[in-house]
Amino acid sequence: MTSAMAKTGKNLSVSQADEKGSVAKQRLITVSIMGKPYEVPEDATIMGAIEFAGHQIIRGAGCREGYCGACATIYRLPGDYKIHTGLACMTMVEEGMTLTQVPYVPAEKAIYDIEKLKPNVTAIQQMYPTVFRCVACNTCTKSCPQGLQVMDYIQAAKRGDIATVMDLSFDCVVCGLCMLRCPAEITQPLVGILAKRLYGRYLRKDSPELAERVKAVEDGAYNAEYAELMSMSRKELSDRYYARDSE
Amino acid sequence: MYPDYMEESLRKVVQTRPKRLELARKPDPVYPPMNAEERRAVLEGFHPDFEASARRKVRVGPNRDESLTTEVADLLESHSWLRSNQVDLKKPDFETDLLIIGGGGAGCNAALVAMKEHGLRSIIATKLRMGDANTMMSQGGMQAAVSRTDSPTRHYLDAIGGGHFENKPELVRALTEDGPGVVKWLEDLGVVWDKEKDGSMKTMHGGGTSRKRMLSCRDYTGAMIMRTLMDEVRNHPDMIDVKEFMPAVELIMDDKGCCAGAVLYSLDSEEFFTVKAKSTIVATGGYGRLHIRGYDTTNHYGATGDGLVMAYRAGAKLMYMDSVQYHPTGVSFPEQIAGFLVTEAIRGAGGQPLNKDGELFVFPREPRDIEASAIIRECVQNGGGVTTPSGRVGVWLDSPLIDMLHGEGYTDRHFPAMYRQFIQYGIDITKLPMLIYPSLHYQNGGIEINERCETDLPGLYVAGEASGGLHGRNRLMGNSVLDYNVFGRRAGKYAGEYAKKVKLGKLSLAHLEAYEKELKDAGVKTDLVTPVLLPSYAPEDVRKRQLLRADNELPGTSVLHNRLHDERPGA
Repeated sequence: MTSAMAKTGKNLSVSQADEKGSVAKQRLITVSIMGKPYEVPEDATIMGAIEFAGHQIIRGAGCREGYCGACATIYRLPGDYKIHTGLACMTMVEEGMTLTQVPYVPAEKAIYDIEKLKPNVTAIQQMYPTVFRCVACNTCTKSCPQGLQVMDYIQAAKRGDIATVMDLSFDCVVCGLCMLRCPAEITQPLVGILAKRLYGRYLRKDSPELAERVKAVEDGAYNAEYAELMSMSRKELSDRYYARDSE
Repeated sequence: MYPDYMEESLRKVVQTRPKRLELARKPDPVYPPMNAEERRAVLEGFHPDFEASARRKVRVGPNRDESLTTEVADLLESHSWLRSNQVDLKKPDFETDLLIIGGGGAGCNAALVAMKEHGLRSIIATKLRMGDANTMMSQGGMQAAVSRTDSPTRHYLDAIGGGHFENKPELVRALTEDGPGVVKWLEDLGVVWDKEKDGSMKTMHGGGTSRKRMLSCRDYTGAMIMRTLMDEVRNHPDMIDVKEFMPAVELIMDDKGCCAGAVLYSLDSEEFFTVKAKSTIVATGGYGRLHIRGYDTTNHYGATGDGLVMAYRAGAKLMYMDSVQYHPTGVSFPEQIAGFLVTEAIRGAGGQPLNKDGELFVFPREPRDIEASAIIRECVQNGGGVTTPSGRVGVWLDSPLIDMLHGEGYTDRHFPAMYRQFIQYGIDITKLPMLIYPSLHYQNGGIEINERCETDLPGLYVAGEASGGLHGRNRLMGNSVLDYNVFGRRAGKYAGEYAKKVKLGKLSLAHLEAYEKELKDAGVKTDLVTPVLLPSYAPEDVRKRQLLRADNELPGTSVLHNRLHDERPGA
């Protein structure tokens, strides 16, 4: 099997390979999915294990690569009182793990007109006043599966330091685990999104050549060149393409 | 960590690195780019589209007798969930100006433009959550000709050459000419682009670009754009009604042959709902989760080509549906993340693909189909691949070069998502190369559109990956992110114009019966029911027991138990 796959150059995902019954005997371990034990491959991700158990995930899977935050999961391990957090697509199962997915966390998004806000502490106060309930317990940071400094950006939000909130929350996937764990009931990911938009809209340094280029297009500066390229035969286009210089 | 037996190969990568680093520091290409003849040879010899069973003739519908990707032909030769006499169209459950099917980048752009330019209301119906889309996952960037050394027409030439000169010219013009304006539109909405100190856009190379044109938001480009668009959509709940976990399963037509909405299916309650809309936009994305030719995919969970089959049944023509994009660099090891995307920006920043002896075998920035075919050739023909414990193959992508070229910390700052993906498995990509292999990535073709996003059917508009013609038979990196922005916006504009003047006739699903008849007349025997909606990853034994129970009777059984390639009697 190994050599056949190598020969055809075809790669199958673990789950697909399971389907085709082509993976050699895997060592199985026991994990408990919402209280019910299942035997699953020891090297599976949590998402892989749930599917191996035969569940059809509807909520709780999105991009499956760590960008969308749909697969937030909490779990405990034997002999360990702590609640751990992770993204199901990125976290490996362990023997005796007991888990549940938390595919949605209720949170009220503020409704705003970005054009009417200013990039300062007032915007935070008006849109997400719960930020000021932060007791600096650091639970949010400890619960972040992305390893972000969540508490630090909430503290920055309290100071109206929009640039720091933007920077520290940049890689947030909005899985919602921090806001579920927060004793002050702050909605951290939403604060991050507001701050990023405020930064992009108001605090960015403008690009002079972007403005020039947008104007040039509006003025029809490329019409003649487009007309020429669009009237070319395939051969002429090909010649032009392969002769073009490169930066 | 990599298994011990790979150590020798990894040592060779380290040995050849100083010489390759020197090459990378020079202005010349590190390996000779292919000419037209070499490109043709590697494609025909090694691209999966050219394997004997990769294509077959479709027997029904507007593209009848045309050779299409086999899995696409299977998808199209299938039954509907619905019979027209079972759906009451006299009293639609919802009415709206625009129905937008798909809540990714194209759909959100369309809704915002229809609202801002025309004051029109939309329903966005989406299968999973808003933003569960390939848009969310694009890492490396978006092409747009904004730098002084570049121009939209140069972007045009790069795109059309990358597509082997088969792209529809008016679409490529729209893409490249609208590009700079899209950058500004997104920036004004609050997208945080990577910038140089003076405020100019940070630009990088991608495969097939002759100027540095890739704009980025670290390696969360798509996530940044998607979350900004979603946030703006959610700021207008009175104008844009988002229906999540409500995929469309069929388009509704009127008695004059105009598209007039769709039937939605609630994944929670398994109810069907009718939506009457003045114009309808299909923005359903691509089909990676059909796992064409058994490949792993980089795509999100819901990418099952739903829009293709709905539009096809209604009579819209498809274009270039014989062409599949395999991203050159999907993960080959660790198994758990096999098929995951490794952004092309890694090569744009200087990462080099290497065989098991640590040698270069291809120019790192060929267009995607060429690069992918060259990697397959290196593994299959030249034996240059490294085999993983489970029998996959891969070549190295030498990422440690990046910090050596740009200074320590560059990878951390620019590729945090990539770093996270690998470090979970003990692989630090600033110190060790990644093992990669092509992964099913993009639907090059789709429902044919013009530059106004119009199809053969009045009232039906298509935008983004679901559309066909723009990319020819091969899309370049960063042009899909631009695509869904440019054409999402255009769809909102033109579908909005149309919605303002159209007078709909009597609603109808008669096209479903006509299609059924065509299947029968063509002698098609299948129990496949589409759209597929979600893939199944249950093991084979579980699936057999599921099918015993569900029996897949039509309709009234659960959509979730219908699967492509199921082993069913008579299938």
